[in-house]
Amino acid sequence: MSIILDHVSYIYEKDTPLAMKALDDICLVIPDGQFIGIIGHTGSGKSTLMQHLNGLIRATSGSIYFNGEDIYDTDYDRKKLRSKVGLVFQYPEHQLFEIDVFKDVCFGPKNLGLERKEVELRAYDALRKVGLPDELFYQSPFELSGGQKRRVAIAGVLAMKPEVLILDEPTAGLDPKGRDEILKQIKKLQAETGMTILLVSHSMEDVAEYVDRIIVMNKGSILYDDVPKEVFRHYKELEEVGLAAPQVTYIMHALRAKGLLVDADATTVEEAAEQIMQAVRGRHA
Amino acid sequence: MLRDITLGQYYQTESCIHRLDPRVKLGGTILFILSLFFFQNALGYAVAVLFLGIVIRLSHVPFKYMVRGMKSILFLLLLTVVFNLFLTQGTPLVTIWKLTVTWEGVELALTMAVRLTMLIIGSSIMTLTTTPNNLTDGMEKMMRPLKIFKIPVHEVAMMMSIALRFIPILLEETDKIMKAQIARGADFESGSLIKRAKALVPLLVPLFISAFRRANDLAMAMESRCYRGGEGRTKMKPLIYKKRDFAAYTCILVYLVVGIGLGRLVLPFSLWNPGMMP
Amino acid sequence: MGIVEAKDLTYEYIRRDEEGNVEGITRAVDEVSFHIQPGEFIAILGHNGSGKSTLAKHINAILYPTEGTIWVDGMDTQDEKQLWNVRQTAGMVFQNPDNQIIGQVVEEDVGFGPENMGIPTEEIWQRVEESLRAVGMYQFRKYSPNKLSGGQKQRVSIAGVLAMHPKCIVLDEPTAMLDPNGRKEVIRAVRGLNQVEGVTVILITHYMEEIVHADHVFVMDQGKIAMEGTPREIFSQVDRLQDLRLDVPQVTLLAYELQNRGLPLPDGILTTEELVQALGL
Repeated sequence: MSIILDHVSYIYEKDTPLAMKALDDICLVIPDGQFIGIIGHTGSGKSTLMQHLNGLIRATSGSIYFNGEDIYDTDYDRKKLRSKVGLVFQYPEHQLFEIDVFKDVCFGPKNLGLERKEVELRAYDALRKVGLPDELFYQSPFELSGGQKRRVAIAGVLAMKPEVLILDEPTAGLDPKGRDEILKQIKKLQAETGMTILLVSHSMEDVAEYVDRIIVMNKGSILYDDVPKEVFRHYKELEEVGLAAPQVTYIMHALRAKGLLVDADATTVEEAAEQIMQAVRGRHA
Repeated sequence: MLRDITLGQYYQTESCIHRLDPRVKLGGTILFILSLFFFQNALGYAVAVLFLGIVIRLSHVPFKYMVRGMKSILFLLLLTVVFNLFLTQGTPLVTIWKLTVTWEGVELALTMAVRLTMLIIGSSIMTLTTTPNNLTDGMEKMMRPLKIFKIPVHEVAMMMSIALRFIPILLEETDKIMKAQIARGADFESGSLIKRAKALVPLLVPLFISAFRRANDLAMAMESRCYRGGEGRTKMKPLIYKKRDFAAYTCILVYLVVGIGLGRLVLPFSLWNPGMMP
Repeated sequence: MGIVEAKDLTYEYIRRDEEGNVEGITRAVDEVSFHIQPGEFIAILGHNGSGKSTLAKHINAILYPTEGTIWVDGMDTQDEKQLWNVRQTAGMVFQNPDNQIIGQVVEEDVGFGPENMGIPTEEIWQRVEESLRAVGMYQFRKYSPNKLSGGQKQRVSIAGVLAMHPKCIVLDEPTAMLDPNGRKEVIRAVRGLNQVEGVTVILITHYMEEIVHADHVFVMDQGKIAMEGTPREIFSQVDRLQDLRLDVPQVTLLAYELQNRGLPLPDGILTTEELVQALGL
C-alpha cells in the first residue's frame, strides 16, 4: 500500500515554443501513514507533482503506481483514484458553491454514487474531523470566516474517505492563529486516522514542527528528501535556492559559532530552548 | 487546456508594425477585409497573400504562433467548406450517395476558405501587434464623433480593455476550479446534455463569485487611484500620427489600387475566375 | 498637524439576513484615535477581522467614518471637495496583486494614476520611469503583468501609487498572498520608499518579521487599538500577542522561553545577534 513514482517527467505545453520542463525525472516512494512536507518556492514544480498523484495531470514520461497498480493502465479506474487520493487545492474555499455547508461537503461523496444515508454520514463525519462547530453546518459557506471556509473545503475532500490527503498551501492567507489551528487540526487528523498526508508549503517554519519527512523541490527536481533535522543541516544550500531553514536553525548555528556547546539540529523553539538551557548549565558547572 | 486559445493575444516584440498608430492598423484591417470581397479572380488573392506575407514578416510575430492560435477555429473553417462544397448548385462534378459536388461548389468553397483564413490572419495581426489598451485607445479616438449621439465612448473603451486584461486570469481560474471539482469527483464530460449542464453549476457559481469579487476589488483600486471617468484625463501615450503612419496609409492605398485593379480584371485566359463561370 | 490623524473614528455596518431585515450592527472600528507624523514607518498589526483593513480604507476615503473624523494632511476625508486630493495624498496598495493592476503593460499601469490626475504626457513618462526605478521594476516596463511573479506585481502596484506622488502610502496586507521571496522583495521596496523617498508608510500586516523595522506599531483587536509602541515594546509582551491571535519571531519566542526557564535575559529580543549578546557570548 503506497505510491511509487518511477522516473516521472512532465513537460508543460509540450511541442510548443513555450515548452518547459516542470518535473524532471522524479523517483519517489510514499509509504502508508507518513506525514510529509513538500517544500519549494513558486514554480519549483511542487504543485505540478501533487496533481500527478491523483491523475489530474498525466506525466509526459515515467510511471506512477498506486497500491501496486499502474495508474496509466488503460483499464485503470482513474475516477476511483481521485477519491483515494484526495487533493485540496490552494485557497480551496474558492470552490465552494452550495447553499449550505453540509450540502457542499456532500458533493464529493455524492459524486461517488453512494446512497444518501452514507453520503450524509460521511459529510457529518468529515465536518467533525475538521473541527467545525455543529451550529455552522446549515449556514451558507459564504458567510463563514476565512479559516472556517477553509475547513469546510477540506471536509469536502475528506468526505470522499481518501487514503492519501494532499493539501496545497492550506495556510495561505490565514493569520498566525488561524494557521496554527489548521496545522494542529491536520496533525490531529493524521494521528487519529493514520492517513498519509502530504503538506505542500513554502514555509519551513510551518511544517518543521509537524511532519516526519521533508521533500525539498527545486526546478522540477527533488533536492533533498529526509527527516527535517537532516534537511535543515543544508541550510546554506537551501538559501541558495531561495528557501530558508527555520530561524531557530540559524540561531543555533550562530550560538555554536560563538562557542556555546549546543546541538545545532534543533528544529523547534521548544527543542532549541532545552538545548540552550543544557549548554548554559554545562558552562556554569 | 483553456489557455491554448492564443487567438489574437498580444505578442510582445519590437517591430515597425508594432509601432504603428492603432488607428492605422484598425483602418488597414477593415480595408483589407473589405478588399477580399472585391476580388473576382485569383490575381487579386495573390496580391492579398503577398501583402499579408510582407506584413507578417515585418511584424516579427512567428508564423507558427499565429497558426497555433487558428486551431480553435479550424472547425468553423471546415464547416464552411463542407457546406459550400455540397450545397452549391451548378455543373455536377462527382456524386457521392445523395450529395453532389459541383464545379461552382468547389470554387466557392475554395474562395470562402481563402477569404476566411486571410480575414482571420489579417485581423489577428492587428491584435497580435497592438496592446489591447492601445487598440481601445484607437477605437476610442476613431469613434469620438459618436459622442454627439450620447454614446459613452470612453466608458465602453475602458470596459473593453479591462475585460481583455481579465480574460487570461479568469481562464486560468476556470481551469483551477474545474480541476478542484474534478478532484471531488465531478464529471464534466459524460452524461446527457441536461446532466452536463447541471454539472456546470459547481464550476459557474464559484467562477461568478470570483469574478464579482475581482470586479469589486478592481473598482476600489481604480477609485483609489483617482479614476473618475474620461473627463479631465490626460494620456500617457496620446495618439499622434507620425510620418510612418502616413507611409503605412500610402502602402495600404497602393495595395488597394493594385489588388482591386488586378482582382477585377476580366482575364482573356481562363485563370480561376469564379465571377466568370457560366 | 500630522500627515494622518484620527479622532474617535468609528465605523459601523449593518448586518442583514436573507430577507434584508436588520440582524444587528457590527462595529468594525471602535473610537480609534491616533496621530502619524510625516516620514514615519507605521505598522498596523492584527488578526483577520480585527478591523485593521477597515481602518486603512478610511485613510484613502474608500470608507467614511460613521462617527468621528479622520484628517489626511489636514483635509477631512468627508469633505467632498477634497476627495481627489485625499486619494492622491494617501495612495493605497491592496492585498490581491491581480485585482489592482489595470494596465496590460507594466508601464501603462503605472501611468494610470497620473493620467487620471490630468498630468501632462511628458511628465507622466518621467514619473513612470522614476517610480519603476524606485521599486526596481524598470527593466520589466514592457512586460504584461500576467507574466510577473506575485512579488513583482505588488511592486508594480506600489510604483503605480508612487507615480501619483503621494505623501503617504497605505499598504493593506500587500504580502498576504505572496511566497517568502515575494514578501521579502515587497518589504525591501517599501522600506526603500520610506528611507530614500521619505514617503510616510502605513503597513498593515499579520507577519511579525515585517514590522521589525517600523518606527511605531499599532496592534488592533475588536476594532480598537489594543497595543501601541515600538517593535521592541510590542515584542516584549509575548503572552499578550498570543492572546491577540498573533505570533512573534522565533528568536523572540526563544528568548521568552529561556526567560521562563530561568535565564536572565532582557525583554523583546528582536534579532539573532541580540540573543547572542544577551547570552554573554
